[in-house]
Amino acid sequence: MTTTSTMTATTPTPRRVDPSAAVARTTSHSSVQETWVQILAMARRALKKMRRKPEQFFDVLIQPLLFTAMFAFIFGGAISGSVSDYLPVLIPGILAQTALTVCMATGVQLREDMDKGVFDRFKSLPIARIAPLAGPMIADLIRYGIASVLTLVTGLAIGYRPGGGVFGCVAGVALTVISGWSLAWIFTWLGTMARSAQSVQGISMMIMFPLTFLSNAFVPAETLPGWLEAFVKVNPVSHVVSAVRDLFNDGAVTAEVGWALVGCVVVVVIFAPLAVRSYSRKM
Amino acid sequence: MADLSAVRAESLVKDFGDFRAVDGIDLHVRQGEIFGVLGPNGAGKTTTLRMLATLLPIDGGHAEIFGVDVRREPHRIRQLVGVTGQYASVDEDLTARENLWLFARLQGLPGTRAKTIAGELLERFGLQEAADRPLSQFSGGMRRRLDLASSLITRPPLIFLDEPTTGLDPRTRGQMWDTIRELVTDGSTILLTTQYLDEADQLADRVAVIDRGRKVAEDTPDALKTQVGDSTLQLSLADGSDIALAANVVRRLLGEEPVLTPESGRMNIPLPDPNRAADVLIGLREAGLGISSVSVAKPTLDEVFLALTGHGADDEPQMEAAR
Repeated sequence: MTTTSTMTATTPTPRRVDPSAAVARTTSHSSVQETWVQILAMARRALKKMRRKPEQFFDVLIQPLLFTAMFAFIFGGAISGSVSDYLPVLIPGILAQTALTVCMATGVQLREDMDKGVFDRFKSLPIARIAPLAGPMIADLIRYGIASVLTLVTGLAIGYRPGGGVFGCVAGVALTVISGWSLAWIFTWLGTMARSAQSVQGISMMIMFPLTFLSNAFVPAETLPGWLEAFVKVNPVSHVVSAVRDLFNDGAVTAEVGWALVGCVVVVVIFAPLAVRSYSRKM
Repeated sequence: MADLSAVRAESLVKDFGDFRAVDGIDLHVRQGEIFGVLGPNGAGKTTTLRMLATLLPIDGGHAEIFGVDVRREPHRIRQLVGVTGQYASVDEDLTARENLWLFARLQGLPGTRAKTIAGELLERFGLQEAADRPLSQFSGGMRRRLDLASSLITRPPLIFLDEPTTGLDPRTRGQMWDTIRELVTDGSTILLTTQYLDEADQLADRVAVIDRGRKVAEDTPDALKTQVGDSTLQLSLADGSDIALAANVVRRLLGEEPVLTPESGRMNIPLPDPNRAADVLIGLREAGLGISSVSVAKPTLDEVFLALTGHGADDEPQMEAAR
């Protein structure tokens, strides 16, 4: 695919357009390097939009502050005996929930974006079909980062003292960001399938609530009835929450961390191609 | 490769559910020409264009652009065609400069080159002053110009323009026409759709008239117009009862059959040459027949349609609404 780089680099405004030369220069698909450049250009577009519409950050700012404090003081005594005993359980759980909320926004925003006229141009340009999907997701890494750090800071402010130290915290936040980004492919796929942004929102809610509440995010799995415990144990969110707990509280890279990462890879491998295929068909 | 066609489409078909939007259209666009697709709303013009631009799957038939198969090689087609849509396909949340930069980067231009070409295009389309303003402050004409500029970044050999001047004021429309003519002198081929016979007449070398998903005629604008007469002389007689006498005068002078509306004393006379209008007026005065109003009208799309299909262009949107 080296031919393509020469095509674009050497266009010092020729006098006349030459169709046969143009045909000879065409390529049958974007190379990996071209695709990467396209994804970065789309990511930069998404960043510019974020800067211009800061209200998009509402969810990643409010939810960590509000939910962390609220859940800690409401459920702390009932579940763990005291607020300070509950925090090591709760903070990783809230972190997972926040990441999922951001994922949901990814799908909804993609759907909104796709209804705009500019997507017609994206479709008519010779770019890899994954670029318009993956670009915004790269920009969203910032949102996962903000949401995770803010949750952790709120926890620290109300008395959480993670035993894992700085390493544990950094690793836990990193794992949250990776998981959020991977799970976002599910919601991106939904975004390409659904008819409207509202329906993406509705479907996402129906996925998000069972995934977070039917996990070990807020309560110990052992307290649940057997059939529910069985589901909770296979729920990928549970693995992410357990892994982040191990990192935050003990600074330990356990098997749960491995399972969480395996889960992320599986989700991306399944849903990224599905999303690209459904997006390509939509035109 | 000298006779390589810009577009060669054979019996294109597009179905939306059980509605056949495009029903076996053939198009043959030669290199370096402006080819117009003329038709009313809902005739299938935009659908045809979108199929050729790989924006809609082709349901039947075959299409090639510069010899490249549209269905089999969409990525190559996208490198050959610049598409300017009916509704400006630019990013509303970015500035004009950022839009051009983005589209240039997406097409693989290196960062600095993307920046210079964005600057060049902004200048060429008279958008430098507005370059860094949000698009929400742009007028319809500015948006169209930005949209067209965005299609020209890689200087594609074929440019699709979907109703490039619909909704523009006459002055902006004239500017757009000049720009389109310039593109052809650069060696590009242009396929444009329009609802206006006037626009096809001004720009196109050849025109295909589309009606209800079918091609009903294909010719030069001049040939199409002669099918309905170049223009029409519309007269109202001061005394309606003179109309039979007046019709005789017209027949004698022009050899044309006037269309009479005896109730209101009006008559429409097809004019092969607008200069002959004077002959008719002088003839009527010599016959002592008074006139209350007179006008010369150019043939409209509606009249071309009526002549070609036996029904007016206005029927179409109603049919569209009914389905």
